[in-house]
Amino acid sequence: MESGLGRSSETSLKASSSMASNTSRNTDLDQQGGHFNSMDQSCFARPSQSFPAFSPLFGVQSSSLYLPDDNEAKIGNQFEPNPSLNNPTVDWDPQVMLSNLSFLEQKIKQVKDIVQSMSSRESQVAGGSSEVQAKQQLVTADLTCIIIQLISTAGSLLPSMKNPLLSSNPAVRHLSNTLGSPMAFGSSCNQRPSSNNDATIPDITKTPDYEELMNSLNSTTQGESDELMKCQNPCGGEGSEPIPMEDHDVKESDDGGEGENLPPGSYVVLQLEKEEILAPHTHFCLICGKGFKRDANLRMHMRGHGDEYKTPAALAKPSKDSSSEPAPVTRYSCPYVGCKRNKEHRKFQPLKTILCVKNHYKRSHCDKSYTCSRCNTKKFSVIADLKTHEKHCGRDKWLCSCGTTFSRKDKLFGHVALFQGHTPALPMDDVKVTGASEQSQDSEAMNNMVGSIVYNFPGSSSDDIPNLDMKMADDTRYFSPLCIDPCFGGLDDFTRPGFDISENPFSFLPSGSCSFEQQNGDS
Amino acid sequence: MATPTQHHKRRRLSPLLHDLADELLFVILDRVAADDPRALKSFALASRACHAAEARHRRLLRAFRADLLPAALARYSAVSRLDLSLCPRVTDAALAALSTAPSVSAVDLSRSRGFGAAGLAALVAACPNLTDLDLSNGLDFTDAGAAEVAKARRLQRLSLSRCKQLTDMGLGCIAVGCPDLRELSLKWCIGVTHMGLDLLALKCKKLKILDLSYTMEEKIAVQIVKNCFPAIMKLQNLEVLILVGCNGIDDDALTSLDQECSKSLQVLDMSNSYNVTHVGVLSVVNAMPNLLELNLSYCCPVTPSMSSSFKMIHKLQTLKLDGCQFMADGLKSIGKSCVSLRELSLSKCSGVTDTDLSFAVSRLKNLLKLDITCCRKITDVSLAAITSSCPSLISLRMESCSLVSSVGLQLIGKRCSHLEELDLTDNDLDDEGLKALSGCRKLSSLKIGICLRISDEGLSHISKSCSDLREIDLYRCGGISDEGVTHIAQGCPMLESINLSYCTKLTDHSLRSLSKCIKLNTLEIRGCPMVSSAGLSEIATGCRLLSKLDIKKCFEINDLGMIFLSQFSHSLRQINLSYCSVSDIGLISLSSICGLQNMTIVHLAGVTPNGLIAALMVCGLRKVKLHEAFKSMVPLHMVKVVEARGCVFQWINKPYQVALQPCDLWKQQSQDLLVQ
Repeated sequence: MESGLGRSSETSLKASSSMASNTSRNTDLDQQGGHFNSMDQSCFARPSQSFPAFSPLFGVQSSSLYLPDDNEAKIGNQFEPNPSLNNPTVDWDPQVMLSNLSFLEQKIKQVKDIVQSMSSRESQVAGGSSEVQAKQQLVTADLTCIIIQLISTAGSLLPSMKNPLLSSNPAVRHLSNTLGSPMAFGSSCNQRPSSNNDATIPDITKTPDYEELMNSLNSTTQGESDELMKCQNPCGGEGSEPIPMEDHDVKESDDGGEGENLPPGSYVVLQLEKEEILAPHTHFCLICGKGFKRDANLRMHMRGHGDEYKTPAALAKPSKDSSSEPAPVTRYSCPYVGCKRNKEHRKFQPLKTILCVKNHYKRSHCDKSYTCSRCNTKKFSVIADLKTHEKHCGRDKWLCSCGTTFSRKDKLFGHVALFQGHTPALPMDDVKVTGASEQSQDSEAMNNMVGSIVYNFPGSSSDDIPNLDMKMADDTRYFSPLCIDPCFGGLDDFTRPGFDISENPFSFLPSGSCSFEQQNGDS
Repeated sequence: MATPTQHHKRRRLSPLLHDLADELLFVILDRVAADDPRALKSFALASRACHAAEARHRRLLRAFRADLLPAALARYSAVSRLDLSLCPRVTDAALAALSTAPSVSAVDLSRSRGFGAAGLAALVAACPNLTDLDLSNGLDFTDAGAAEVAKARRLQRLSLSRCKQLTDMGLGCIAVGCPDLRELSLKWCIGVTHMGLDLLALKCKKLKILDLSYTMEEKIAVQIVKNCFPAIMKLQNLEVLILVGCNGIDDDALTSLDQECSKSLQVLDMSNSYNVTHVGVLSVVNAMPNLLELNLSYCCPVTPSMSSSFKMIHKLQTLKLDGCQFMADGLKSIGKSCVSLRELSLSKCSGVTDTDLSFAVSRLKNLLKLDITCCRKITDVSLAAITSSCPSLISLRMESCSLVSSVGLQLIGKRCSHLEELDLTDNDLDDEGLKALSGCRKLSSLKIGICLRISDEGLSHISKSCSDLREIDLYRCGGISDEGVTHIAQGCPMLESINLSYCTKLTDHSLRSLSKCIKLNTLEIRGCPMVSSAGLSEIATGCRLLSKLDIKKCFEINDLGMIFLSQFSHSLRQINLSYCSVSDIGLISLSSICGLQNMTIVHLAGVTPNGLIAALMVCGLRKVKLHEAFKSMVPLHMVKVVEARGCVFQWINKPYQVALQPCDLWKQQSQDLLVQ
């Protein structure tokens, strides 16, 4: 990046660098002045320290702004090697003023050239959008630069405007807002001036010069800047009109909500982001909705919202603080679009508390990651639900064939009685236990034993039946007690011809006392 | 049968049979079988065609071994009833092997064990037209099994007696799954509560017969009675409700019935429900005006008000008040209020006096059956009244009415000529009485045990006239000898059951003459020391249907008798051979009888542990009684193997006692006990 930037053309680099250095000097100067007024003389060392805190604002901003065009690329970096322009001159220098003005002149001419080239090309070619875009950004950046320069120059001239930052910062901040550095939000908070300072801002921004400048800006680059604004801040679609700080703060907490769709003024709707909801927080800021694990952290956070939260009372009991204020009734919206609890839903039903939001979001829009360890079927997304379930899970779980479960048997039977075709269902593990193991498991071994000894007939299949029937014919023979008849077995009963497997009973006796243990294959 | 060669053969062998339509042939076979049960077997063995015809004719299949069921069902394709009560062990695998048998509509597994839910599932799947299922005594029957049974949607009759593991869940499955259920027995299903019964009453509206005996324990009865008793009573088609031993039912439950009871109920059995008093009975009587039969045995004392309330039940035909205590005039009121009564049972009642009974029977002109067993206060007066006012009696049971004289007993034979069943056990009956009884030509059951005064002469009178006699009990009739038994055997060819125990004079001649009674299935000759194997062999060859044999203390009977039995008595189910001279060989040969179920082998001197266990290994016994001494001698693992096949061991610890007490001494002793 550095090397690429280094190849930029001489002139533009020079111009922009001088501008940037001037700006930085001025801001530094203003800051210094501010410190001077409000603080001790002993704080002289401050400027150099405070500068790095300030420079990234410019650095990032300018680099991002100038990046598309290599010409002005170096500027951002120029701050860093140039931190010590801390000349604490209070009176204005005509030399400096002169050079400033000449720089402005030069710069305006530059911008004019660019715009002219753009307008001539626009008539010729409709395409080349990337090039045009780059040019537009360049123009915007240059104009910003001019405005800053102009204001700082003018500010140095006005003796009443000696307070630091006032002349430069609001404008810068505003521009950064409209042009969209992400840092701008944070920095605006950091640099948030005291309330009486805020009151002066509109005065500055609405000076005729400024308005004129803005108008001229708009006349050239209205469309483009609109686009940019939309990209950065989708909620603030009011074009180039300057957005006051207070408005912006509200918008931020509202998170882009469209207030005009809500029912008239009954309550304020807050919508937390998904990440915020799922964070393991229990304490939430009533203003911005930020969550904390500990109440103490929340209280520390609340100090950032203003002095009224800094009182010992407020720090001790934040709840009293909110009650003392006539805070509007607050309701919450689920961030899941399409959900009935989402404020964009036609029949929006708000959630009452942040806890409701959390539980609702987890139950409705999150995976059920907690599985009951007892039944291994029920799943929950809220751990409290799991714990509630686990209290009842297990024995007293009464199941219907439709899948509904009941905590009480009489409820199940009431349900079964009510619905046609529903029948009480046995839990699956219960079926296994009672059906298989209880009686069969121990007798399974017995079956094997039995199988190995008893029905050891060579032909116990149906094929043998006709033969057996023939055998049955000789059961009327008179029995001679001296010989053991091979047809000794029960074959006389006509009620069971299918079972007349007549064998010598002794043949299925074990030959030894214990030989029955040997397995036979065909049983 | 379809192949041409077989067809030709069949034609050649029995052209007549071939031309006969199956319907006609089956009618013939039915008649032949009714006359001689063994005839069908001979027919089947005559030729292949006959064999096939018999197979097609067969409706009942009583299997000895469950593992051969598939083959049997393949052969007997028209079988509708499958009786597995002779298989002590029916495994899941055996049932799973069943192929689809659409003809089978009834299955009896009431005496089998070893099957679980999987087997029942296979059975239900194989028999799509199952309407009748008996799973009684299923100690292993669980809710899982019930869930499988519930898949037999056409089931109409189901018995789950003593399925103690069954709970509401299983019953609920059945109630939902079998909407056509007509008869259901839940006797001893103690796991069932009001919830299951409530659901049953709701889902099975076609129930006609419901047996809930012993289900309503006192603890849970409050719930049952409150929640489901009314629902059950309201079942539109319920005709028979059996509530034996339901101690939970009390007067409160019955009074709540009042008007909301099904009018279809005909039979109510509340015997042994001892929390019911006359108040509850009054409610029952009010709520069920269409009852035909009411059983209040062993319930509560019978007061005059209670018995007079019976007149609300106009159609009452049967009243059973066994074991009840009759208050003054209680019995008289019955005579006044229950005029239509046909059957009255008063056995073991206290407080039955001559005057009351005489008055009652004088009003009950329609009485057909009377049971006054052990009403020891009645005398000849009552008997005179009974015989004079109820000449159409067909059943009279009056065991141990010891005050009735022999002269009084003569009245029975003289006046009640329609008697079919008569029990005069332990009475003062003599030959004159028997001579009088010869007028009862329809007599089919005669019990004259412990009547020491009868002799061969009296029996000859019976044999001459009572040719329909099927059952005769001559227990401890010490006066009779071979001659009398021969008279009976010759005169009563239909005899099915005879008890000659302790008739010590009998010898092999008696058995030889009894062997002519080919329908004899029960023979008890306990304590006849002069009977030997020769006589038993005659019985074995002659009485092929013999199924129950008691030869205890027939010391002369040895292995030879057993070998004859094993060869010929293939219907034998139960045998007691204690004290006989049977050794291992006899035992082992006996064990080859497939259907043998029960065996009592106590004090057999010749039997060794090895022989015993060998015999037990072979035969598929259900229950065996052995002397306790064997318990230590028989290897434990052998016992377990036998038990695994479904056999139950019962260890007897009675002293060895060979001497036989003379009958008169024995009777004297028993009466002495009564006095005490």
